[in-house]
Amino acid sequence: MTLQLLTIIFVDGLNYAATLFLISIGLTIVYGVLRILNISHGGIYAFGAYLATWLALQLLEAGLPPYLSYLMLLAGGIIIGLLTGPIIERLFLRRIYGRDMHIQLLLTYSILLILDDLMKLIFGMEPLIVSEPYTLLGQFSVAGISYSRYQFFLIAISVLFGGCLIWLVRGTRFGKLVVAVINDREVSLAMGINVNLIFTFAFTLGALAAALGGAFIAPTIAVVPGFALEVVVLSFAVIAIGGMGSLEGAALGALIVGLSRAAAIHLYPEIELVIIYLIMVVVLAIRPEGIFGEEELRRI
Amino acid sequence: MNFPRVPIVGQIFVVLFLAAPALFPSWILFLLTKSLFMFIAVQGVALFLRSGNITFGHALFYATGAYTVGFGTKWFGFRELAVLVPLGALAGLIMAALVGLIMARYRGVFFAMLNLAFSMIMYAALLKFYWVTGGTDGLPAGVATLFGFQLRGSSFGFYYFSLGIAGLVAYGLYRFLASPLGYFLKALGDNEIRIEYSGESVRHVIYVAYVIAGGLGGISGVLAAFTIGHIVPEDAFWIQSGEFVFIALLGGFESIFGPLMGAIAFEFIQTYASKYFPLAWQMTLGGIMLLIIIFKPGGLWEIYEGLTSRLKNSRWGRYILE
Amino acid sequence: MNDNELILQTIDLTRYFGMVKAADGINVDVRRGEVVGIIGANGSGKTTFLNLITGYLTPERGRILFLGQECTGESPRRIVKLGLARSFQIPQIYTTLSVMENLLLSLSAQANKGTVFWQPLYTESWVREASEILARFGLESYADRPVSVLPEGGRKLLDIALSFALKPQLLLMDEPTSGVSIEDKFQVMDTMATVLKESNITTIFVEHDMEVVQRYSRRVIVFDEGKLIADGHPQTILADPEIRKAVLGHE
Repeated sequence: MTLQLLTIIFVDGLNYAATLFLISIGLTIVYGVLRILNISHGGIYAFGAYLATWLALQLLEAGLPPYLSYLMLLAGGIIIGLLTGPIIERLFLRRIYGRDMHIQLLLTYSILLILDDLMKLIFGMEPLIVSEPYTLLGQFSVAGISYSRYQFFLIAISVLFGGCLIWLVRGTRFGKLVVAVINDREVSLAMGINVNLIFTFAFTLGALAAALGGAFIAPTIAVVPGFALEVVVLSFAVIAIGGMGSLEGAALGALIVGLSRAAAIHLYPEIELVIIYLIMVVVLAIRPEGIFGEEELRRI
Repeated sequence: MNFPRVPIVGQIFVVLFLAAPALFPSWILFLLTKSLFMFIAVQGVALFLRSGNITFGHALFYATGAYTVGFGTKWFGFRELAVLVPLGALAGLIMAALVGLIMARYRGVFFAMLNLAFSMIMYAALLKFYWVTGGTDGLPAGVATLFGFQLRGSSFGFYYFSLGIAGLVAYGLYRFLASPLGYFLKALGDNEIRIEYSGESVRHVIYVAYVIAGGLGGISGVLAAFTIGHIVPEDAFWIQSGEFVFIALLGGFESIFGPLMGAIAFEFIQTYASKYFPLAWQMTLGGIMLLIIIFKPGGLWEIYEGLTSRLKNSRWGRYILE
Repeated sequence: MNDNELILQTIDLTRYFGMVKAADGINVDVRRGEVVGIIGANGSGKTTFLNLITGYLTPERGRILFLGQECTGESPRRIVKLGLARSFQIPQIYTTLSVMENLLLSLSAQANKGTVFWQPLYTESWVREASEILARFGLESYADRPVSVLPEGGRKLLDIALSFALKPQLLLMDEPTSGVSIEDKFQVMDTMATVLKESNITTIFVEHDMEVVQRYSRRVIVFDEGKLIADGHPQTILADPEIRKAVLGHE
């Protein structure tokens, strides 16, 4: 195996990992705080991608400078995150806290179905593609292969996201409140912490992460109806591997899957699709809560 | 054999099902045929829902059954139901016996996730190994035969065959739910500690239930392959598993017939809605499910029981219901 | 089955929780037919001892022999299968099933038919046996009722009945009267004591209440800070002021 091949695999892997991280970080936040596996996460992600692309396209059609398209991406993500977060949490999720897991999963699944159709109704069935933000940054070479700078922009964004979130949780008062609520809801309530508000915040944060992730990844793909469904199971796999509810876990999971997929594509393409689920099975079989996940204690 | 006493309202339904080909147009018959194999598949999911665990990967067994038909046709030219149904069941059982060795150690969210992973591995394998599986094009199912007689998927004959199998499954479940294993499955979601301290292995309970669910999935896959006519990798996709869980909740999984109601409702809604609102049928399903979750989490069966309990107050109500 | 048969034997049983010695070299012999009460202050190690011999915890050092067989480190399920049954401080019962169904499940497990799916749970012989057990425990009127209607004393008795239904060689009870109101305490213990006496099961029960221990046990073991500090006749032991001080807490 040549050094060049290794470098290619590494760079490809990192790129893919960045994408996966952006796809999954929102899901792990919501699970970490609310202990709910939010299946509609994929829908929020896709919605973010759709609105961001649409806004950027409107901007370009209006003849405005293409550099502003990045702002449109940002706007698209933020709008969707701030809309879906509070609405879903307060109108729907709140009614099912503490109920059985299958009810919670079905609820979020139903919301995914609704979002998927909503996107079809609003944005139509044609693929939406905006390539300007991608091409504007140009290309450069690594190991003789030319890569788009936008891919590295994505890597930078994922590091930024991750860093911000970790700072938020570890370094701020809000973060400490969230950790308190995670550890013991009842005691937090008794201490006067507004648990409901924290839940809304946390979910909205997860929604923002999802929508922004979708928004920034959109220029690298064609946004098509139904792609929300593909994202769902991918994000599940990543956080299951890394540990559900763990920020570091999402990063590690994304790295492992990203590098493995890159290796598979270049060395043994047949297993490219299957590799992520194989890793998931192996990791879960050894450590069911994922690499950085918390063990669930059984009480007697 | 120990037959349960069937209330008159139940007998009416049995008659309706038996007379369906004479009463309903062929497209409704087709939907009913589909509901029957969905009912069987969903029962596998319901087994676990009763213990508080979700299988988000039941499509693994469903696809196993379907591709048994596919390979049987492709490699051996076999279309004989009398062979393929048991074979599909066996394939499902074996698949579940293997996968279950790992699965039985988990519960809750991890159980669901691991399940999902296995089914997605199968999906990916079905796509990638296209020279065997036909890839995205899938495999054709052809026309089934029963002891040599041809049964087209949309025919009366096939409908009655599916009805027969579904009836056997329903009876089997009736016995199952009344057995120690059936009760232990329910107790699983309640108190695992007491189970272990009774000397019974929780892992063993889950494993046996999982294998049975695998068999049910396999049977439904065989019927599905012939009813729909083609076999595709999407049969193992997580959305398919999601449909099963959806129907289980829509109809209510506590009773045996809840999933049947759920399956029929699902097929009808999906057909009608996708015909009239092609861009909003998923939304329709999602919306209905939200309403059920918020107001009637026991599903259609709970609604049915609510209606009948009020009827029981009248004399004629009691007559037909008991 | 002679009366001097050694049912349970622990040799140098030791277990730490971090720096705390929850069990410190415990040596105990229990013979068939004995009714042993274990007392000690909170944190003295009595529940740890129970958890060790039922396999819920593994000892750091020492051995456990049950019916002469090496049991150290075995899982609770295997030890139950060997003939040990346990009831809990917080009753471990199936709250979504009826009282009768709870008992039937224990009986089917005992008959090694827990994973059978062709025979009904309500098999006549089991139902008869379950009804009999319920009657002995005074719970027959609750047979088909859901567990939720049982009063606290009833829940405790059901928990014990479920263990009893396993036909154990050794019955362990963890604080059978805790959480039961004062009026019901002795009724619960009386019911239980009658059943146990009639069936001559070897019994060990952990208790807080010295009066209960005095009345119902024929041998008392006292724990203090993980060590066994006394072992003998209830009368003599509980009369000892040093022992009383250790059990009631150091003032």
